[in-house]
Amino acid sequence: MSAAAAQPYEPDISSTKRGGKAARRGVLYLAAIFFSVFAALPFAWMVFTVFKSNQDLYNGQNVPFRFNEGSPTLDNIRLLWNQTNYPTFLQNTVVVSILVVIITLLVAVPAAYSLTRLVGRWGENLGIAIFLVYLIPPTLLFIPMTRVVAVLGLKNSMFSMVVVYPTFTIPFCTWLMMGFFKSVPWDIEEQAMIDGYSRVGAIWRAVLPVSLPGILTVIVFTVALTLHEFVYALAFVTSSSEKPVSTGVTTELIRGDVFFWQSLMAAAAIVAIPVALLYTLFLDRFVAGFTLGAVKG
Amino acid sequence: MASVEVREIVKQFGENAPAVDHISLTAQDGEFLVLLGPSGCGKTTLLRMIGGLEPPTSGDVVIGNHVVTHLPPRARRIAMVFQSYALYPHMSVHDNIAFPLRAQGTPKAEQEKRINWAASILGLDGLMKRKPRQLSGGQRQRVALARALVREPSVFLLDEPLSNLDAQRRASARDELQQFQRSIGTTTIYVTHDQVEAMGMGDRIAVLNLGTVRQIGTPQEIYDDPADTFVATFLGSPPMNLVERGTMLHGFRPEHFSPAAWHDAANPFERFSFVPHREEYLGAERLIYGEVGDEKVVARFPATTQLDFSIGHPVEFGVATRHMRYFDAESGVRSYETP
Amino acid sequence: MSALTSPSTGETLTWSDDDFEPDGRYLLDNSRLLGPIMLMPAVIYIIGLVGVPFALAIAYAFSDVTVGDQSIDWVGLRNFRDVWGNDTFQRALRNSFMFAIVSQVIVIILANMLAMVLSANFHGKRIVRFLVLLPWTTPIALAVIGWLWTLDNVYSPIDAALRELGLLGPGTMFGPGKNMLWLAKPDLAQLSVLTVHVWRTLPLATVILLAGLAAIPQDVKDAADVDGASFWRQFFYIRVPLLIPIMTVAILYGIVFTFTDMTVVYILTRGGPIDNTQVLASWAFFTGVEASNLAHGAAIALFLFPLLVVVALIMLRVAKRAETV
Repeated sequence: MSAAAAQPYEPDISSTKRGGKAARRGVLYLAAIFFSVFAALPFAWMVFTVFKSNQDLYNGQNVPFRFNEGSPTLDNIRLLWNQTNYPTFLQNTVVVSILVVIITLLVAVPAAYSLTRLVGRWGENLGIAIFLVYLIPPTLLFIPMTRVVAVLGLKNSMFSMVVVYPTFTIPFCTWLMMGFFKSVPWDIEEQAMIDGYSRVGAIWRAVLPVSLPGILTVIVFTVALTLHEFVYALAFVTSSSEKPVSTGVTTELIRGDVFFWQSLMAAAAIVAIPVALLYTLFLDRFVAGFTLGAVKG
Repeated sequence: MASVEVREIVKQFGENAPAVDHISLTAQDGEFLVLLGPSGCGKTTLLRMIGGLEPPTSGDVVIGNHVVTHLPPRARRIAMVFQSYALYPHMSVHDNIAFPLRAQGTPKAEQEKRINWAASILGLDGLMKRKPRQLSGGQRQRVALARALVREPSVFLLDEPLSNLDAQRRASARDELQQFQRSIGTTTIYVTHDQVEAMGMGDRIAVLNLGTVRQIGTPQEIYDDPADTFVATFLGSPPMNLVERGTMLHGFRPEHFSPAAWHDAANPFERFSFVPHREEYLGAERLIYGEVGDEKVVARFPATTQLDFSIGHPVEFGVATRHMRYFDAESGVRSYETP
Repeated sequence: MSALTSPSTGETLTWSDDDFEPDGRYLLDNSRLLGPIMLMPAVIYIIGLVGVPFALAIAYAFSDVTVGDQSIDWVGLRNFRDVWGNDTFQRALRNSFMFAIVSQVIVIILANMLAMVLSANFHGKRIVRFLVLLPWTTPIALAVIGWLWTLDNVYSPIDAALRELGLLGPGTMFGPGKNMLWLAKPDLAQLSVLTVHVWRTLPLATVILLAGLAAIPQDVKDAADVDGASFWRQFFYIRVPLLIPIMTVAILYGIVFTFTDMTVVYILTRGGPIDNTQVLASWAFFTGVEASNLAHGAAIALFLFPLLVVVALIMLRVAKRAETV
């Protein structure tokens, strides 16, 4: 050691360590590729299938991983658009989404404000309780819910979804919005009240403009949750003209044993990819809500 | 304009000791009243109750001749500047200042007139289109003041408005703020924990501790005639020296503590045997830290004064009797009898 | 009347004394009143459309209600006894637990690996992130349609790939048929359902873990690096203990979403072959909606509830502890 002590200091970057680093890099890329392929497999296959012609797809002699006779083609998308109810499903989904967003905003935003600002100490606990309502699955309630929908005169109507979907969007969005309101400084609304506005005026003119990112997040997730829902839609709506995409595609485009595979895949991909893009953009907010404060960000 | 009065006001949060405990005080019409105290003394709570942001547990707030205890802030004709300035981040400087006028439904032309007036008083003319995040601390403060001003309030409430500024900027802001208040002449209640701000700006100071008012008076009264040991030691830097003799605490300011030899036999003075331990040279003055008996005391001299004693050696010191202040050792309350 | 002189214009400003009357105009400024008013719609919505249906679910489960006769007559525990005695129900109950537990064990292992990948820096990370999140971000029904086609009995690309690699076909490892029949053989069908659950809940667990990782203070990581702690030491002595609360949360969501899900089974296998992949949720749907036996369907669905209560209680504990930190 005494001899070494006289040497100038040299960091220990031996070749083995450098080699180890390269190996670790390799493992990292391999893992990234593995997980990407696993996650994207059905979507890749979905999108690929969309452009295949019937004679290509259903010929057992063809290698399925490339285009053969008659492919690629847009016929399947044309068929989906012109000869199925898909445009109707899309339209229903849009209408339902917009109405659910409106109801959710009108109910969840005031509730979240009240829980964070007005009702005092038990607001947080009540907020968690409301969030837990979100975890009650449609599969637990769909049978009596069908009765409730019938009583409301909405059986077999897309408005059944408009009324029922807020039962999970309101709890979830109330909780999300509470997180946003907590980060708005109290000073700003108190200042607005000093400046001559009522409490409601202060919320409207000072708190909500500052919380716009939160409201946008609520809109995105309400749309996402609406598009994701399947069970209630399956239970409530049986007539084709009232179905949303999620049930319309899975029940109407499969007739008996005849699958219009390419059109089916197109139907799924056209909705799935944009939703995924939007969802990914706002995911951090979603996670912040989901971790129940167990993570301090 | 209006006077502001609180009557027997109490605020209790939960089961804790009251944050504000039966305080009664009045800010006269046009007065600059400072609420001074350490953090947690209840000064901000008191201000928020005057502003209507916090409902009192009991007691009343009177502004002008009206009991406003149960009115929301907007019905009180007050303006308030928060410590953070609470500028609306999504609005330009112009819109921030216009915000209270819109609430009143002031006609557009009148709005612009008043905004320009406030902006010119506070030197904001070139900044009207900026957003708050593009402003310096001092500029933000002035926007907050302009916004408070356009309301033409009968009372200004200011909650530590200078504490976010750096030391240099604070001194000039203090000056501007005081001039501004004098020229407007609006009754102002100013909360701070900084005694320099309080002494320099206040017409009167109310010293608060543990939710009660310890003393209220002009800066000079508070400094020269503290009502108890809390006030005596909270104001002054370094604070008043307190030496226990019998049942009394004998108090004196460091600047009145000087070698006995300097005192004139014609003026009576009280003697102390002082052991200087350490000298602190501060440019304009020097502080001598030491002990009387086993109690720590400080003496303050102008830097120009020649000192004829040396560190470590006991020396006879004295304080003119007219500068001595006595307090009950037990309660800390001022005693006006000379022992 | 009160008055003051405007400093800006010199005019006299006046306002009337009854502005100072605490009358109805200021009612909504009282937060004791405004708080409940703003909360009320949400509470009413939840009571009306979650509370009432839930009470109705219990009422159905203890009654002889049918689609034809909607009157609710008390029959005690008869529905539960009938349901319990059914072989398919027993299988569904077992499958529900099996899918939930096995999938989440796999998920938590894979999620730790994936979180480690995504917390490293490398080229193309954004694309990888988008791709691995796809299973969670796409509407579940549409995603499962993709799997249905990927696992097709005749045209599965997996089968084609296996054939190309010489693993499938006469005289090979998975031989002798031309296809695996992923959804037609009982054990393969179960494996398929399990895989889709893992595939779908992995992204959620990963992003929750990532949030937990990001919240580990940098100075703790730095201290460990300076101390020369090896990768595995850091993993087990720093990462894992600090991440346990958040991993708990991730697993609980995974359990709820797999245990209560019926979409995967409904679209992929419809419970088949011969009820081998039936779960509580799908069995409740087939019984209650497709076979119109409301009382039995409600009773089956109620078996989901105890697990939800347990999960909710653990979540509350985690949230409470997070508050006190």
